[in-house]
Amino acid sequence: MRQKAVFIVPYALWIVLFVIAPLVLILYQSFFNIDGQFTVNNYLTYLTSSVYLKMTVASVWYAFLITAVTLVISYPTAYVLIHLRNKQFWLLLVILPTWINLLLKTYAFIGLFSRNGSINQFLQFVELGSHQLLFTDASFMFVAAYIEIPFMVLPIFNALAEINPSLINASKDLGATQWQTFRSVIWPLSLPGVKAGIQAVFIPSLSLFMITRLIGGNRVITLGTAIEEHFLTTQNWGMGSTIGVILIIAMFIVMFITGDTRQKGGRQ
Amino acid sequence: MGKNILEFRHVGKKYGDNVVLKDISFDIEAGKFYTLLGPSGSGKTTILRIIAGFDDATSGDVYFDGQRINDVPANKRQVNTVFQDYALFPHMNVAENVAFGLQIKGVDKKTIQERVHQALHMVRLDGYEEREITAMSGGQRQRVAIARAIVNRPKVLLLDEALSALDHKLRVDMQTELRQLQRQLGITFIFVTHDQEEALAMSDQIMIINDGKIQQTGTPVDIYDEPLNHFVADFIGESNIVPAVMKEDYLVNINGQDFECVDAGMKTNERVEVVLRPEDLDITTPDKGKLVATVDTQLFRGVDYQITAHDLRNHEWKINSIHKTTVGQQVGLTFDPEDIHVMRYNESEADFDARLDSYEEEE
Ligand SMILES: Nc1ncnc2c1ncn2[C@@H]1O[C@H](COP(=O)(O)OP(=O)(O)OP(=O)(O)O)[C@@H](O)[C@H]1O
Ligand SMILES: [Mg+2]
Repeated sequence: MRQKAVFIVPYALWIVLFVIAPLVLILYQSFFNIDGQFTVNNYLTYLTSSVYLKMTVASVWYAFLITAVTLVISYPTAYVLIHLRNKQFWLLLVILPTWINLLLKTYAFIGLFSRNGSINQFLQFVELGSHQLLFTDASFMFVAAYIEIPFMVLPIFNALAEINPSLINASKDLGATQWQTFRSVIWPLSLPGVKAGIQAVFIPSLSLFMITRLIGGNRVITLGTAIEEHFLTTQNWGMGSTIGVILIIAMFIVMFITGDTRQKGGRQ
Repeated sequence: MGKNILEFRHVGKKYGDNVVLKDISFDIEAGKFYTLLGPSGSGKTTILRIIAGFDDATSGDVYFDGQRINDVPANKRQVNTVFQDYALFPHMNVAENVAFGLQIKGVDKKTIQERVHQALHMVRLDGYEEREITAMSGGQRQRVAIARAIVNRPKVLLLDEALSALDHKLRVDMQTELRQLQRQLGITFIFVTHDQEEALAMSDQIMIINDGKIQQTGTPVDIYDEPLNHFVADFIGESNIVPAVMKEDYLVNINGQDFECVDAGMKTNERVEVVLRPEDLDITTPDKGKLVATVDTQLFRGVDYQITAHDLRNHEWKINSIHKTTVGQQVGLTFDPEDIHVMRYNESEADFDARLDSYEEEE
């Protein structure tokens, strides 16, 4: 028993120092105004100001769009990967970009999308003229989806890989076509992977700020951008923390919605 | 003679360089109970997979109801399978699993409910409709798998070791149940097992498979009484297999001693093997015995004693006897000419049948 307790120590320390303490700090900070006085005004401001509410709606909307686009691309990708001979290798290629720093990738896209970037050069070459690509919603969505795709593909791939091939044979054996098999066997069994993917993409997308600025050109202002502004520019830590708390609540809501609804082994 | 529902013609199967099935040909008559019996890895599941359409034969043809079906996809075949690993859908409960095939066919809700109920009753799982699969024991899952296949009333039902997870009593019950069901519904069963007792008890026809080849096909009695070769004799039931020499028709020499027998059609002085079943050997006093042996071990098995003894040439004999003897005692062993079954080396099934026919006609 004692030995087991020793192994718990690093984990417990980590949780306390890097998970619980920051959460408590954020919650604590959110009750102080810019002059360091205790107040609940930050929350009142958030709830009554149309700016913040709009920002929240925009954040959720973009996060939703990014998640949806990512899912639509990732599911078929994972499905194809699983049937390839060297699936682990191809999966590695999909995951590879995540090893590169986010900022580097973002700057690479600036290089591609800018007025004199490679894409415009190509467009000019085929006589389609030069276009404003950077700082558009489309480029923002594109880059955000590009960055999130591996995080969606991986859990879906794993969920699909876990499906016992006999189940697919059983479904065909019972007369189901390819499509019926997909709908009633493969899709429901891969759902946990899809949910995990949604969690892994939607929540970070809510608080994206680097890409919104560098690619979206601050046309898209999300809660992430707002937090950054409050902490770094206006120095209103209280308001920044309040939005942080809101994001954390949003996170829990998403986790709850995408959580396992059907308990394993139990009744519905 | 019924008509053939299923035919294999020179079917071969390779996985890469690994030859799994070698030139398999057989006919399956409609409405009968067939058993594929063979050791692990002999290719039983592979044969079922080819029948069901999950795998393609590398060579040869498969006919179903007279039609070549090599290229017919699995979901279009009138065959259902009880999988060796059950393959129940984990995200559905028992009733949903059983109803799956009927739902796909678009059967109306009320009929589905009735038939699911019936099928679950047949496998003794009344009242388990709403259970999750994960909350079922191995044996219960196996029975759900049987119900899920049988509810569709296919023309051919493939069962891959469908009773292996059940305890002895339930297993015997289910054997009777399956057999009854098969007669009732007139479905052709192809049952895979490596349990020879199960095969002998249930089947109309047994196909013995070893190493990707069919060794022998026949009724349980045929296969038990007249095994074609060493492998079959050894695999089915217990046996004493001894090398011998065929002196002339109806006379065989075992260990230098001549015995009358009922086999014929071989060359003079041909080297053969002789099978004597342990239950055909009777123990008497040494002076009355055809062989004299000393008892080494004795094991009480409920119905009889399993005895081993060695004869004067140190050959070991297995004897099943309802009478008790004493370890270390000298006894005599007797048997009748009909109890001796002679097997030639490397005789094909066709030659074997022809030879049996030739001298049985003479009699
Ligand atoms: N997908 C595959 N790739 C390569 N070899 C395979 C494959 N499936 C089966 N085999 C080989 O084919 C042989 C026959 O397998 P099969 O599953 O038909 O055996 P079986 O008679 O059903 O055995 P068991 O009683 O253990 O179930 C085995 O040697 C197995 O290793
Ligand atoms: Mg098998």
